[in-house]
Amino acid sequence: MSDNTHRLNVALHLGDNALILGHRISEWCGHGPVLEQDIAMTNIALDLIGQAKMYLDYAAELEGKGNDHDHLAYKRDVLDFKNLLIAEIPNGDFADTIARQFCFDQWHFLLLQELSNSDDPRLKEIAQKSLKEVTYHKRWSSEWVVRLGDGTEESKEKIQRAIDDIWYYTGEAFIPAEYEKGILPENLNDAWMQSVKAVLEEATLEMPTDEWMQDGGKTGVHTEHLGFILAEMQFLPRAYPDATW
Amino acid sequence: MVMTDLESKAWSTLSEVEDPEIPVISVVDLGIVRTVEEKDGKLHVAITPTYSGCPATQVIEDSVVEALRKSGLEPFDVKTVLSPCWSTHMISEFGKQKLKDYGIAPPADDSTDKMALMGEERQIICPNCGSNNTLMVSQFGSTPCKAHFKCKDCLEPFDYFKCL
Repeated sequence: MSDNTHRLNVALHLGDNALILGHRISEWCGHGPVLEQDIAMTNIALDLIGQAKMYLDYAAELEGKGNDHDHLAYKRDVLDFKNLLIAEIPNGDFADTIARQFCFDQWHFLLLQELSNSDDPRLKEIAQKSLKEVTYHKRWSSEWVVRLGDGTEESKEKIQRAIDDIWYYTGEAFIPAEYEKGILPENLNDAWMQSVKAVLEEATLEMPTDEWMQDGGKTGVHTEHLGFILAEMQFLPRAYPDATW
Repeated sequence: MVMTDLESKAWSTLSEVEDPEIPVISVVDLGIVRTVEEKDGKLHVAITPTYSGCPATQVIEDSVVEALRKSGLEPFDVKTVLSPCWSTHMISEFGKQKLKDYGIAPPADDSTDKMALMGEERQIICPNCGSNNTLMVSQFGSTPCKAHFKCKDCLEPFDYFKCL
């Protein structure tokens, strides 16, 4: 594959992470446990979907077929999506959503920090922009892990179970796909482990010890959940092509 | 560099374009208009988004185009630039005062990127009564750019334009 194709796949991977997780969190809109947290999740969803737009615009340019971000978001099928599996896992209860967001944000933050010095000027500027927003996401999800972990007996049991359940989806981010080599930073795993461990300790939670990790999302091999997300997300533009307000 | 007449007219036109969410502050005072350049008889205007997902971004671009057209400044183009990324440092002092008058606590000066990371709290002054006895209710507020606070003295809730 040419360097351009690799770069296109990287832009799709980053855009799809943001789009799919953004869509997932947006499902909380109107269902949050309290108003402030409903608003927090909606804001995080909005940030991620904004970031997805920037990456997918870049992807569309690299693809060179005259498409735009909407085309890439709404007209591709499951096998074309390159997001991490963790992004598509269903929301579950509030603890599940927090655990997923926490594990993702910790990685996302480290990734964007490195990508802010990328040789690729587009990825660099998108990362610099996104990093500021993701700093707030990371703080929010980490605070909730601590609050639930060091909270009541019930909240602690729920967040521990949620962390244990999501754990085997957290390794994929650190298994490089062929297309990302030389473009995305490597060796973020140790920093991620350290950062996650520090928060879990503060939260009086146990760090899971499982080492087996599920991968596949980066190369288009997804869980059964992604198809359902796309069915909902893509229905309107597919049923009514080029519909506008 | 000296501003051309056309550039100067464009700046003054744009300083009348209000932010759709906070209709007391102009897109110039918010730091959204990045550059205005006249080149070969055509104006090139660059704007920048505040938050990447901010729904006001498209409205702002449309308002900028409409204002430039109404002022007869054609031909022009308006493009969105990301770098250097927008920061609350780009809000003018005049703009900060406008925010405060409107009831939104303006961003505190230092980098809150670091504060957000370390979980440190800054004392934010209540825009209604001036008390610093305030409490952050949520880091996320009514729009992407705001956090939700309340004043423990006058008991009023208020928005804080958070640092980015």
